[in-house]
Amino acid sequence: MKVLVPVKRVVDYNVKIRVKSDQTGVDLANVKMSMNPFDEIAIEEAVRLKEAGKATEVIAVSIGVAQSTETIRTALAMGADRGILVKSDETVEPLAVAKILKAIVEAEKPDLVILGKQAIDDDSNQTGQMLAALLGWPQGTFASKVEFEGDKLLLTREIDGGLQTLKLNMPAVVTTDLRLNEPRYASLPNIMKAKKKPIDEKTPADYGVDVKARLQVLKVTEPPQRQAGIKVESVEQLVAKLKEAGVIG
Amino acid sequence: MTTLVIAEHNNQTLHDATAKVVTAATKLGGDVHVLVAGQGVDAVAAAAAKLAGVSKVLVADDAQYAHRTAEPLAALVVSLAGSYDAIVAAATTVGKNFAPRAAALLDVQQISEIIEVDAPDTFKRPIYAGNAIQTVKSTDAKKVITVRTTTFPAAAQTGSASIEKIGAAANPGLSEWVSENLTKSDRPELTSAKIIISGGRGMQSGDNFHMLDKIADKLGAAVGASRAAVDAGFVPNDYQVGQTGKVVAPDLYIAVGISGAIQHLAGMKDSKVIVAINKDEEAPIFQVADYGLVADLFQAVPALEQELGKIGL
Ligand SMILES: Cc1cc2nc3c(=O)[nH]c(=O)nc-3n(C[C@H](O)[C@H](O)[C@H](O)COP(=O)(O)OP(=O)(O)OC[C@H]3O[C@@H](n4cnc5c(N)ncnc54)[C@H](O)[C@@H]3O)c2cc1C
Ligand SMILES: Cc1cc2nc3c(=O)[nH]c(=O)nc-3n(C[C@H](O)[C@H](O)[C@H](O)COP(=O)(O)OP(=O)(O)OC[C@H]3O[C@@H](n4cnc5c(N)ncnc54)[C@H](O)[C@@H]3O)c2cc1C
Repeated sequence: MKVLVPVKRVVDYNVKIRVKSDQTGVDLANVKMSMNPFDEIAIEEAVRLKEAGKATEVIAVSIGVAQSTETIRTALAMGADRGILVKSDETVEPLAVAKILKAIVEAEKPDLVILGKQAIDDDSNQTGQMLAALLGWPQGTFASKVEFEGDKLLLTREIDGGLQTLKLNMPAVVTTDLRLNEPRYASLPNIMKAKKKPIDEKTPADYGVDVKARLQVLKVTEPPQRQAGIKVESVEQLVAKLKEAGVIG
Repeated sequence: MTTLVIAEHNNQTLHDATAKVVTAATKLGGDVHVLVAGQGVDAVAAAAAKLAGVSKVLVADDAQYAHRTAEPLAALVVSLAGSYDAIVAAATTVGKNFAPRAAALLDVQQISEIIEVDAPDTFKRPIYAGNAIQTVKSTDAKKVITVRTTTFPAAAQTGSASIEKIGAAANPGLSEWVSENLTKSDRPELTSAKIIISGGRGMQSGDNFHMLDKIADKLGAAVGASRAAVDAGFVPNDYQVGQTGKVVAPDLYIAVGISGAIQHLAGMKDSKVIVAINKDEEAPIFQVADYGLVADLFQAVPALEQELGKIGL
């Protein structure tokens, strides 16, 4: 079984971003970039399937600027076998990402695609569902457990009320939630080994996908800031303040 | 312009998220219809018909919609989409699951989690965990939108829409629902509660969350948690508040033993009044708290319970 894992290069989750003063976007100059945390979970799951003898090959794909190669190298250091970089300096929206991934799936014929449930920059939470739709495959989103039962996938999902279990036909698209696994740190020898693993370089045009944006970003602004409040000295004072504010009692 | 709102429900009751999505949908202008897809959903359809601004309720009553799994629900929505200019759903785990699938089948770039309607094609949405607000204009002829329900008021229950039964669409038959393990609670749901008390890693154990339960019972509050508390197994996943959990905006949010990471703040910083109880006076949660109490929670929380008792709660 081949597993394809799309990995996105995003601003590191620890960075507090700044909105540009001309309102055209977010200032990404000299900001630390990392693999989207949900995609680390996706790579980890794929590599564990390989270690368990269920997967034969794990392919990491990234769509984005040239530096996305670093994100692919991270995936290779965690245990993926090879990479594909689809280079684009333009904004690639989830629908276009899904179309590129569909073309890659048709060429590589994986049995399973594991994505993150959302990228922590754009927070769209769309790409996996869109890819499943375009392929006519089932989708197991927000997964916290992935098992195999015969030729089917038994998948537990985190939903608003608790947990839901589905049985999916294969091939399938899975998107990861936080509790699926705890991703490993790449060891130094594996980081060295990853440098020798192959990465193919492509463009959206190679897959015949038009990446023209459907959404025009008119502006990006700061959210309203909260006023700093006060420190209370005791629980008694806290309760008095809350009564005064009319939120209790 | 006609908009189709996909109802959120559990086959028995209409979730109040739908009333909020209807408010967002009316801002697009034109007619608003609601689709109730489920099994044995007469009561849900009747409730949807009462929402102000809704002119028609479509009911697809069929076993394949009993759990609103993505594949059949998206297929149904796509089969109806020809008559609509916009398709709108709540950004719940149901909406986030089926809506992008429907959007891709319609070749539409979805707009996720809008917080404001500027024009029928222009919307505001948070990005980077709510640290920036993007204004986007959709160039697609049809719109597929999910709505962050905390920012829209619920539509009034003064309507009287017609109810029309429709047939099921062909079932794609790709997946099968097996089971659900839902958290049972008599307390209000996190996303609709007026008061929330949340615990973090500082709680140290699931047992200690009972201290928060007691306060919640006095205040009629829901209980939430940080990711760290969920990861540690103190409480189930559906308690998680944050960028990648639930977004809440109650009148009062009490954070206990929570440091205030960006990802947690993303889910609660629009609450009206925020209280933080933390023993570390440098904790970032204090930067958003209206009332901060620097104290050991193991003393402060029982004291809070007592103090609330004194005022008759
Ligand atoms: C050069 C460049 C400039 C950009 N400029 C802007 C901008 O100005 N404003 C803006 O809002 N966005 C910008 N983007 C981001 C782009 O719009 C997003 O990549 C796209 O919208 C996907 O949305 P998401 O990340 O929220 O997807 P989600 O649906 O949240 O992502 C879910 C999962 O899909 C997979 N995935 C998503 N995108 C990729 C990818 N590119 N490669 C591999 N896997 C992926 C991952 O597994 C991820 O976990 C830019 C991107 C590039 C490359
Ligand atoms: C991709 C991604 C998504 C994420 N999504 C979310 C999300 O949706 N929601 C979320 O919450 N987090 C999320 N996180 C995690 C987030 O970054 C933080 O790690 C998490 O919120 C920390 O939880 P905490 O505040 O409970 O724990 P900590 O940061 O460990 O803080 C514990 C606090 O308790 C205080 N404390 C300890 N003992 C006591 C005591 N006896 N009395 C009083 N105070 C005490 C400490 O001073 C400390 O401030 C996400 C992270 C990533 C990478």
